Amino acid sequence: MGEIQHLMNIFINAAFAQNFVFIRFLALCSFVGMTTSMSNAVGMGGAVTFVTVMASVISYAVFQFILIPLHLGYLQTIAFILTIAVFVQLVEIYLKKVVPSLYRAMGIYLPLIATNCMILAIALLNVTEGFNLLEATVFSFGASIGYVLALVVLAGIRERLNYAKIPSIFKGYPLIFFIAAFIAVAFMGLQGIAR
Amino acid sequence: MKNLLEIFKKGVFKENPVLILMLGLCSVLAVSTSVVNAAGMTLAFSFVLIGSEVTISLMRNFIPKTLRVPIFIVVIGSFTTIMSLLLQAFLPDLNKALGIFIPLVVVNCIIIGRIEAFASKKSLSESIFDALGMGFGYGIVIISIGAIRELLGSGTILGYPVFGSNYKAALFFILPPGAFLVIGIEIAILNKVLSVSKRKREI
Repeated sequence: MGEIQHLMNIFINAAFAQNFVFIRFLALCSFVGMTTSMSNAVGMGGAVTFVTVMASVISYAVFQFILIPLHLGYLQTIAFILTIAVFVQLVEIYLKKVVPSLYRAMGIYLPLIATNCMILAIALLNVTEGFNLLEATVFSFGASIGYVLALVVLAGIRERLNYAKIPSIFKGYPLIFFIAAFIAVAFMGLQGIAR
Repeated sequence: MKNLLEIFKKGVFKENPVLILMLGLCSVLAVSTSVVNAAGMTLAFSFVLIGSEVTISLMRNFIPKTLRVPIFIVVIGSFTTIMSLLLQAFLPDLNKALGIFIPLVVVNCIIIGRIEAFASKKSLSESIFDALGMGFGYGIVIISIGAIRELLGSGTILGYPVFGSNYKAALFFILPPGAFLVIGIEIAILNKVLSVSKRKREI
């Protein structure tokens, strides 16, 4: 199996077969909270993709060049969450000063991202799966694409259901979970496509 | 004392962290494939929640406002690491079953939410009861989902067969879609109960 094929496999696995939202149950808070409209979903998806890929590379470096030489591997959880929080804070400050227009579009999502469990999960999975830097980058990018896909699909369905007649007890969250259940069934069907 | 009980009850029903506030969903849906896993997750989660609420409540007068979030994160992260090392040492099977969701307790929104909204402002005893109530409310939800999924998905409760050996397990409930369906139904039932009790009060 060639190198490219191997990377494609990691990508498809992260994005579809092991989708982070529907199969692995990560980042559900923002999945439920940020899909009220398509613009919210796209904005959050873009912000998360950027932060996830960068944070995964940085936490990879922190693990390889700080924690391993100092034999502090057991501190990885604290080290990663602090790295991610600091990185998100830096991005926020940088955008505010340098690209204010992008800050206005992305700014409201940034504080939410620091506690998005998907980003920490990817940093931790990179270590447990023993990925090298390239594999880790591809993995985190694939995971973010899967996340954006999940958000956009749900937001699209929710926008169309705004005016539908729904029994009052199913309004709101129950309906979201039922929709998620059916989309998850569809994603289960993709299990076989990556080895 | 009455006040403290009130705080405890609020976490279980009116402000149930999972079904009402919609927080901490990831771990609830992911590890509720069986009652044992769900109970283990509840213990791990409650340990971190109680530990960090007590610590923050004791330090609340010394934490500068601008630095509070990093301090919260370090405190939660420390308790999560302690809990994870304890599980690895004494309950390796459970640690394996819960997997990535053990370190992910650190980003569980319930914990940082309760610290920010409650423990950083209230006294030690109130914080302890808040943590107990929230842990209990979380536990009820995750264990009930775990029980339904285990019962329908493998026909057992705590590993004991309930329906006899002829039962064909509905694999759907063990797989991810089942978790979404079960929590959706639970929220709908809770909505119904709350709306009925509200109507009774109005009459």
